[in-house]
Amino acid sequence: MTFINYASREINCKIVYYGPGLCGKTTNLQHIYDSTAPQAKGKLISLATETDRTLFFDFMPLELGTVRGFKTRFHLYTVPGQVFYEASRKLILKGVDGVVFVADSQEERMDANIESLYNLEENLRAHGYDFTKIPYVLQLNKRDLPNVVPSEQIVSELQRKGEPVIEAVASTGMGVFDTLKAVAKQVLTELRKS
Amino acid sequence: MAESPILIREQRYHEIKAVLARLRLDASARLVVLVDKDGQQIAVHGDLADLDTTSLASLVAGNVAATGGMAKLLGEREFPTLSHEGDRESIHISVIGRVLLVVVFDHRSSLGLVKLRSKQVSHELAATFSEIERESVSKTSESLPFGDITDEDIDSLFSQV
Repeated sequence: MTFINYASREINCKIVYYGPGLCGKTTNLQHIYDSTAPQAKGKLISLATETDRTLFFDFMPLELGTVRGFKTRFHLYTVPGQVFYEASRKLILKGVDGVVFVADSQEERMDANIESLYNLEENLRAHGYDFTKIPYVLQLNKRDLPNVVPSEQIVSELQRKGEPVIEAVASTGMGVFDTLKAVAKQVLTELRKS
Repeated sequence: MAESPILIREQRYHEIKAVLARLRLDASARLVVLVDKDGQQIAVHGDLADLDTTSLASLVAGNVAATGGMAKLLGEREFPTLSHEGDRESIHISVIGRVLLVVVFDHRSSLGLVKLRSKQVSHELAATFSEIERESVSKTSESLPFGDITDEDIDSLFSQV
């Protein structure tokens, strides 16, 4: 939930990267972290297993700049993608302002994408969110791999409400900032409405 | 969205800061931080040194969320306090409605004293936050600074990244 502090003139929003295991959520955050100026970011916190799988969440604060005299800060989180971390995944969604669904474009991961998307909708509903109203972006990641499903086909299976769809290769940074921008824009537009 | 934005006005912010300052003194603590349950830092008072309080806030919220999950599995509503004791620094967290009161302390204080003093201010903070929530809901859109934000404003944010 957006947090506006008039005394320190700050606005804080929470964005969560969701998706199946190994789809590239952490890689998205890592690229944002590596590409932003030191003064714009805090630490990248990764609560991961010894084999670098996300155990609880990754977190990084990103300060984008000033709007109407307010410092705009986005708190970026990832959830653990593996199915058995369901309880932790649900906790991270609490208070979310915008969601990025990172889909793995590889053919063999399509079922995992669908399952994870269904899980996202369930968990949002459990927190009282209306999926049709929450700022949301669909990212098609790993577009550089040889066994990818055509974009149109993934979109027909995963796009739920006419949300922006962005093709990406998070490992090289392609599409990563476009994705962030698309979701941040929706979050700020939502604030304008409120 | 599930909840409306939380708006903290100057006066409320200074009220909160005053409570934190008093608690820090009474509990002989190094640092007192107030954090939203979603991981947003609300206010901080004390000896920060080079402590990254933004990261601390998100980890405290994650810690409380995980512990709350365990409580629910056991049939408890929540565990209202959490403590972690280290060799030099320790931390005590109290869950007060939707906010978390975090006290960082060292050998100059004790867990008992920190618990007692935290409990003493928790009613005050709970009352202040009820007011803040009430005010946040009742604010009209004209009072928000983003009513007239343009697409260009939003685009310009990303030109600086």
